[in-house]
This record gives sequence, structure tokens and C-alpha cells, in this order.
Amino acid sequence: MRLPCPICGERDRREFYYAGHAVALERPQEGAGAEAWDYYVHNRDNPCGETRDLWFHESGCGAWIVVTRDTASHAVLGAVLAEEAAR
Amino acid sequence: MRLDGDGLIDRTRRLAFTFDGRKHLGFEGDTLASALIGAGVKVVARSFKYHRPRGIFTAGSEEPNALVTLGRGPGQEPNARATTVELQEGLAAYGQNAWPSVEFDLMAVNDLLSPFLGAGFYYKTFMWPKAFWEKLYEPVIRQAAGLGALSREASTERWERAFAHCDVLVIGAGPAGLMAAWTAAEAGADVILAEEDTRLGGRLNAEVEEVDGQAGSAWAEAMQARLRTMENVRVMTRTAVVGAYDQGTFGALERLEPGRALKGCFWRIVAKRAVLAAGAIERPVAFSNNDRPGVIMAGALRAYINRWRVCPGNRVAVFANSDAGHQTVRDLLAAGVHVSALIDARADAACDLDVPFYAGGQVCDSGGRKALESVSFLHRDRIETVQADVLAMSGGWNPSVHLSCHMGARPVWDEGLAAFVPREGAVPGMRYAGAAMGMFSTRECLESGAAAGKAVVDDLGLNGAEVPVPKAEDGVYQIKPLWHVPGKGRAWLDFQNDVTVKDVTLAAQENFTSVEHMKRYTTQGMAPDQGKNSNVAALAVLADATGRGIAETGTTTFRPPYVPVPIAAMGAGAQGKGFSPERFTTSHDASIGRGAPMIEAGLWYRPSYFPKAGETHWRQSCDREVRMVRDHVGICDVSTLGKIDVQGPDAAAFLDFLYTNMMSALKVGRVRYGLMLREDGHVMDDGTCARLGERHFLVTTTTAAAGQVMRHMEFAHQVLRPDLDVRFASVTEQWAQFAVAGPMSRALLEDVLKQDLANGDWPFMACGDVRTKGVTARLFRISFSGELAYEIAVPARHGAALFDQLVAKAEAMEGGPYGMEALNVMRIEKGFITHAEIHGRTTAFDIGMQGMMSDRKDFIGKAMAARPGLMDEDRAQFVALKPVGTVKELIAGAHLFAPGAEVVSENDEGYITSVAFSPMLGHVIGLGFLERGRARIGEHVRMVEHLKGSATLCEVVAPGGFDPEGGRMRG
Repeated sequence: MRLPCPICGERDRREFYYAGHAVALERPQEGAGAEAWDYYVHNRDNPCGETRDLWFHESGCGAWIVVTRDTASHAVLGAVLAEEAAR
Repeated sequence: MRLDGDGLIDRTRRLAFTFDGRKHLGFEGDTLASALIGAGVKVVARSFKYHRPRGIFTAGSEEPNALVTLGRGPGQEPNARATTVELQEGLAAYGQNAWPSVEFDLMAVNDLLSPFLGAGFYYKTFMWPKAFWEKLYEPVIRQAAGLGALSREASTERWERAFAHCDVLVIGAGPAGLMAAWTAAEAGADVILAEEDTRLGGRLNAEVEEVDGQAGSAWAEAMQARLRTMENVRVMTRTAVVGAYDQGTFGALERLEPGRALKGCFWRIVAKRAVLAAGAIERPVAFSNNDRPGVIMAGALRAYINRWRVCPGNRVAVFANSDAGHQTVRDLLAAGVHVSALIDARADAACDLDVPFYAGGQVCDSGGRKALESVSFLHRDRIETVQADVLAMSGGWNPSVHLSCHMGARPVWDEGLAAFVPREGAVPGMRYAGAAMGMFSTRECLESGAAAGKAVVDDLGLNGAEVPVPKAEDGVYQIKPLWHVPGKGRAWLDFQNDVTVKDVTLAAQENFTSVEHMKRYTTQGMAPDQGKNSNVAALAVLADATGRGIAETGTTTFRPPYVPVPIAAMGAGAQGKGFSPERFTTSHDASIGRGAPMIEAGLWYRPSYFPKAGETHWRQSCDREVRMVRDHVGICDVSTLGKIDVQGPDAAAFLDFLYTNMMSALKVGRVRYGLMLREDGHVMDDGTCARLGERHFLVTTTTAAAGQVMRHMEFAHQVLRPDLDVRFASVTEQWAQFAVAGPMSRALLEDVLKQDLANGDWPFMACGDVRTKGVTARLFRISFSGELAYEIAVPARHGAALFDQLVAKAEAMEGGPYGMEALNVMRIEKGFITHAEIHGRTTAFDIGMQGMMSDRKDFIGKAMAARPGLMDEDRAQFVALKPVGTVKELIAGAHLFAPGAEVVSENDEGYITSVAFSPMLGHVIGLGFLERGRARIGEHVRMVEHLKGSATLCEVVAPGGFDPEGGRMRG
């Protein structure tokens, strides 16, 4: 599997650390209810098809990236820096 | 026997080798298989289950029979296919799966027992009594089953792993692959041409055939020379592409020629486009006793005659359902070998060759003892028998679709070819060419190869002149599907796994009608075979038995690897220390020099203790080192703790977000203990945070969590707070850091630094720059021992010198170095936590640090830590324990129960995490977690440990029993 790091270019997946769905980008505001926090920390969809997840280019540039890929076809559709996605 | 003529062997170079200890001669260019045939060896193996004598059956990596063991000792290689082993001087090969030898095998008794050993035999026989399975059945089956064995010695073979990148990967270098590679290369693409064989050409090396007016093999050689001169082409012979993976990644096994120090390389090839030109595999026909040595695939026989000039006998019968029979007979006659019959399953076939010809005939049995002597066939309703010591058979060809199926696609049934062909688009970026897509004539192969090469360069947007397609043979593939000739005896489908027609029909009768169930019930197509020889015929038999068509029956899943790959190749470089590299501190050599045994902490190596003369047990050294620190002074290398340098205008705000406590309130020149939570509210790590400047902090992590914390900080910054203007970097390796601990530590450092360190300027938790011998160092007044203590850090290149200096000074003060054991004892005496306590399931509340969670700011984990369940008084809370009964033993990992309570999990009240003998307190101390523990100080609990059968009555005490007021630390 190859992932397109926006900084380094396409790299083997062994250079990356996987951290699950990109829902982690949407941290609730301070004071959000228990339900919002429960969803943020624990609830994850298991889609068949397009999904966005977070990878850390740990053996590369150290960027957290958001990868869009298809769980059915394994196609990697693109990647952006988490820093940009989060803004 | 060896025939006259040139072939592709070098008769001037004789090679001596042995098989089962007997000496033979072969030639340069031979495979072990061709050399054995040349030497007249007929039985080379025994079959997997029935131990039937078996001969060489094919000429390629699909070989199901001729599995041999190469060499003896550490480098011994089992299950090598004789058909792909390059002959070399001194090669020693051994038959396997037989005792005492493949010629005479006592296990052949299994063949007589065959009525009892059919499909599902294991499942039906070894059911009961249940207790027999582990003790009797499994060991016996494991002993009897399997093929070759490893030596049980550590391997001395050397392999490598590597990545390669290219525009176009061409898989297979037959006529199609050569044309695809050439076409792509002429257009300027960066091409890798991978070929499993030692030479390029594929079937051109096996057939008598002209390409471009010259012998096919000569054309292939010229092409090889041409491609080798092109800088944008890498020709990789002896390289089998074994798997197709996501985003154009392919696995490939390259074996180097024999005699090299390196066995080969496991490649990960990343290609923008690929051309599958892997050819096709000829398939056998199932008839009674079709596994007798002497029965051989027709295409393989042509390869042995034409390429290696050997023939496994001198009276050959030929049986086919296409023109392959005629082609084989022509080559035999040209080589001067007697042909006793040509049996063509097609009733309308004609023959102009001068041999006995039987149109519409079907071979139904073979005769002979260990080797073939006669062939019986059904012709015009009569059974006829001819003498023959070789039977060449062909049931047609199966395109090698395997790699097209590795990403989950199934191949497509082609009724005209009576074979599966690859599905379009099965692997993104992969195109097909030649026999792999069912193009069986040489002209079709050349044309489809050029077309595929053109198509991939078009895909890549490259333009190049089209290459001329050379002239070649253009036969028409006419086949009458024939899978199984009915008869009385056993008819083999899968030679490697000993699966017969009867087994497959039995599976169908017993309702294992799905192809995947049949495969598992009979073991057909399992293991290295992956259906190379048997797949389609077995499916056809199953389709027949279940009244379905072949297309409807479908195929089983083709899985990588296409050919067996040694684990040693995939794991190259990861043996021994390569598996877990060593990280050494700057004091490593000094510690080793003092005889310190090392303990691993992640990849780091740290000294356990520093033994002195006369000390025979680690506890003696450890107790002495504890007293040494508490009474005098000790030096300990703490460089392995993670160090992260944090800078920027928003550094303080960032640390406030990471830690539970307020780091922004920390004064410059001060250190604070900090706690980090995960977002789910549990403790992730602890450490210290030193403020070196208004915008400059240095934080430490535990040794074990350094990588995790760095990742977490990057996440917190890039994903959660990209608005903060802050940058940070790991400086763990850049600084060597030593703890100087004990009542004499101040005096020692004042001597080293030539400056005053009195409490006024250097109080507890102070930090700042100091200078020693012209080097700027950092001094932190922090303590993990509970003593007056400092940690001093210098750039790593000065670490070794500083350690030596500190130790020398300490020894002059009755002090010295101390190791991890003493460090651990002292922190347990003080009730300080490590990852034994913050093991991922404990909260700040559990360790009694709920007060460190600031309510004046947001921080990671704040919301979830406030959940009622994580702040419940009934939770297991951090406590210390001391034994009070006659038994004085405490064991980490043991569980805690109320005295008198039954020892069942419902009554479990907690567990012990750390244990040490305290030389200062004179008893064992345990740290652990106990339900409502903080309210139970003074109560008794019982520690129970089932592994050692140990039970100890303990008193619950507050952690930090040594110097509870901390006067020594602040002193």
C-alpha cells in the first residue's frame, strides 16, 4: 500500500502510523455534552466505500495527514495535511 | 538419458553432483531435474500422503512431485523444486518424505491403506476419544505428514530486502513479455522485466520454432542483449513476481546464481503500470495411475528434449487433446526417440507422422512397478496396450492468471479455450499479454505483447515509435476439453497433495459442493501448489459431480505467493540484533567496564547494578547502592528518558493543553512535575517540564513512552491546535543526562561546576544553565530517589567524559554509580509511579493526583476524566502494602482479597504492580491498586498468587513510607 504524503510524495505504508477515522479532527468544544465526547472518543463508522482517516508520517516528515480512500477497492483517493484540514 | 545435439547446455563444462548420496554428472545450464533425467534417475520423490513413487512431472516452478532437500546443516533447504534448481558443481540433493529412501520407502504401506485414507480421513478418524488428540494423534500425524524438514539449526543463509521503482513492470519474459518490455522501453519508460527462469525466452527456449527467421531461443538471446544495453531497462532473471498488492506494489523473489554468498533478495517493486505476461501452465488429464514415474507433461518433455537434450526414456507414448501431441511427436522423432503411440482424444484429428496413431483414443491406465512400463487406452470401444517407459500428456493449457486475482478478482471462464482467463481491470494498472491471457500461438504472443507495451506507455503519456513485430509461427489452438478418463483405479488431480478424482466426488457426495469447501475437505490446490496443476481439472470434476458448469462452479481464491518464499528472504536483516537494534547511552562502555549486567528498556540498554568484589547476588549490590545513595552520593545515567524541546510564543499555551496542570504559570528557571492524559481520561505519561526561557521549555517523558508522547504532541499541535505558534523537536539523543543523588550531591557538583548551589539560588525544582570545563550544561534540581539530587545534562559528545568525572568524584566521597535496580527500589520507597502503575487503565484519580487537574483551562482528557465512573470512590486506588504475617513475600501481578474472603474473581479487590525489598525500612514494599484504598490505610488484605501458590497477609499503608515529609529531597 502506498500513501501520498503531501510533503514527501508517495511512500510505502510502513513509514506511517495509523490512527483511525478523521473524526478525531472534530474535537468538541470545552463544555460539550457527554454524548458529543462519547461520539468523538469512541464511536466509529465502518464504511464500505469512501472513508477519511488519519495517518502519521512517523518515519518520514512527521506530518499528520488525512487520507481519503476506498475501503472496498483499496483505492487511495488523496491526502491533505491534517493541519490544513483542521483549520 | 542424454541425447545428442546442442540444446542450451554447455557440454564443455561438466558438473558433478549427488542425489541421495549417489554421484552423477550434468552440464552447465542443466537444472537438477534435467540432470537427473540425463542420469536416468526415475524415482525422485514420494508423494505426500500415500508415499507413492514419483518422477519429474514438469519443467517449471509448478512442479508438484520433484521436491528435494538441498544440502545438509544450517543452510539445508527443504522442498526445493528440482525443476528450478540450477545445477552446480558439488550440489548435494536428497529425496524427502521417505524412509529409508525414495527408492524403498516403508511409509509406502499408506498406499495399501488408501481405501481408508480418502478425503476427510482425518476429520472422520481422529474424532475420539478426545483426550487422544493432543497426546497421540497430533504428534503422530505431524511426524508422518509434511515433506522436507529444516535442520533445526540457526540458518546461516544471507538474504536481502529491497525496494525498486519503475514505470512499467513486465512479469515474464517469453515472447509476449519481451515485446512488451521492448515496446515500453523504446518509448522511454523506465522498465523492469522480471523473469523466473535463468534466461529470457519462456517457451521459445523449449520449442523448435522460428522467430524473425532464426531459432526462437536465439531471437530471445538477441532481445536480451538489446534490452541490456538500454539504460532505462532492468532485466531481472531468476526473479519470480510472487504477489500483486495495493497501489502498484508487487512482491518479487530474486534468487542469485548458486555459489554466491548472498542467496537472493526479496523485492518490493512499485510500478506505475504492469504487464502480466506470465505464460500458461499445461494441465494433466486424470486417468488411473496417472502418477506413475515416467508420466510427464508433454510441454515439459519438449523442453527437456530441446533445451537440455535429455529424455526420461526411449519408448514414448503421447496422449493429448490438442495439436500438442503432434508437436511433441515431431520433436521426439527429430531427436531420434522411438514413439510407440500418438493417442489423440479428438476423434476428427488427422496425422501425417510416421507413428501408430489413435484418433479419439483416451489413455485409461498405466502399468509398471516403480516406473512406467506400459500404457493402456480406450480406442474404438477396445482397450489396447502399448509398451512405453514415458507417457507425455497434455490436457490443454491454463493461463497463469494468479497475479490478476491477488486483489480479489475472479478469472473469467473462456469456453473456446476451456480455460480461465484474467478479468479486465482486476488489478489497477495491469494489462495482460500472451499466453497469460489465452494467446497461445507465438505470433499472437508477440503481437499482444507489443500491444500491451504500447497501451501502458499510452497510459503513461509517453510517445515512442512502434517496434516491428517479428514473424513467427501462427497455429490455431483447437482443443477438446478432457478432464477425466473413467476407470477403476485412482486417478490423480492434485499430485502434490495426493488428491484423486474419487476424493473430489466424495466431497461432493458429502455435500462439500462449494469449491472452497471441496478444497479444504480434500486439500486440493492447497499449499505451494495454489492450484497451478490441478485447479481447473478438479473444478471440472466437481462441476460434473454437482451437475453445474465450470463457470458456475468458479475457482478457489488464488493467494500470494505465486512460488514459495523463504521466511528468511522476507525477514532479511531482521535476525538477531537486526530484529531489535540496540541503543546505547554515552556511559555504556563505562558501565560494561564495571561489569554491570544490562537490562533492556525498549531498545535502550541500561545497567541493572554495578557489582563489587565479593557480591554474589544482585540484591547485595542493589541494597548497597541504595544505602550508598541515601548515605553518600550516587550517579545514574538517565539519558534514556525522552527529552522534547518546545519553543515558540505559544509554547506555554500548548503545554497547558497537553498537561493537566498549569505550565504557563511556571516561572523561568523552574521545573514542574506534569501529568498527560489521553483524550479518554486515562493517564498516558508523566514527566517533568522545565522552563528554560519565556518561550522555551524542555519536557521529559518516560523512557518507554518517548515515541508515543512525541506522536501525541504532533497530533495535538497539527490536528487539534494548529492555531498555536509553537515548534518542538526530540532531543533525547542530543543530550546525555545524569542523576547525581544523595546528601553529598551538592558538594560533589559544587566541586565539578566550581559554583555555589545553595538553596537560595538553587532550591528544589530549580533549573538553569551551568558551565563545566568550557561546556554549557543544564542543571535540574529534581529527584526520583527522594534524596537531595540533581540531574545534569551535557551535549551527548561530552557524556562519557562527564560520567567518568562524576563517578570518580563520587567514589572519592564513598559514593559511586547505581543502576536500575537501586533506582527502582528508591522510587518504590518513595511511592513514585512508573508505567507499572500508569499502565493505561488508571486515571489521575486512581493515582491520587486528581488535584493536578486544573479547572482553569481545557486540556486533553479533561472532559472524559470527569466522567462519574472515573472519579468513583469505589475504584481501585493507589496504595502501598507491607507484609505483616509470617510470610514476607510480595509478588507483582498478584491480586488482593479481604482476609477470609473466598479467592474468586467476584471478591477481587485489587492487584500489586511493583515490589521491592527496602533496605532502609527493612521489609518488602508493594505498590498497587486497592478498591477504596485511600480510606483503608491500616486495614489488612490478603495477597494471593496462584502461579507460585503464594498467599501473604499485608497491611495497607500510604505510599512513600520513606521520609514521608520529603525533608531530604528539599534539604
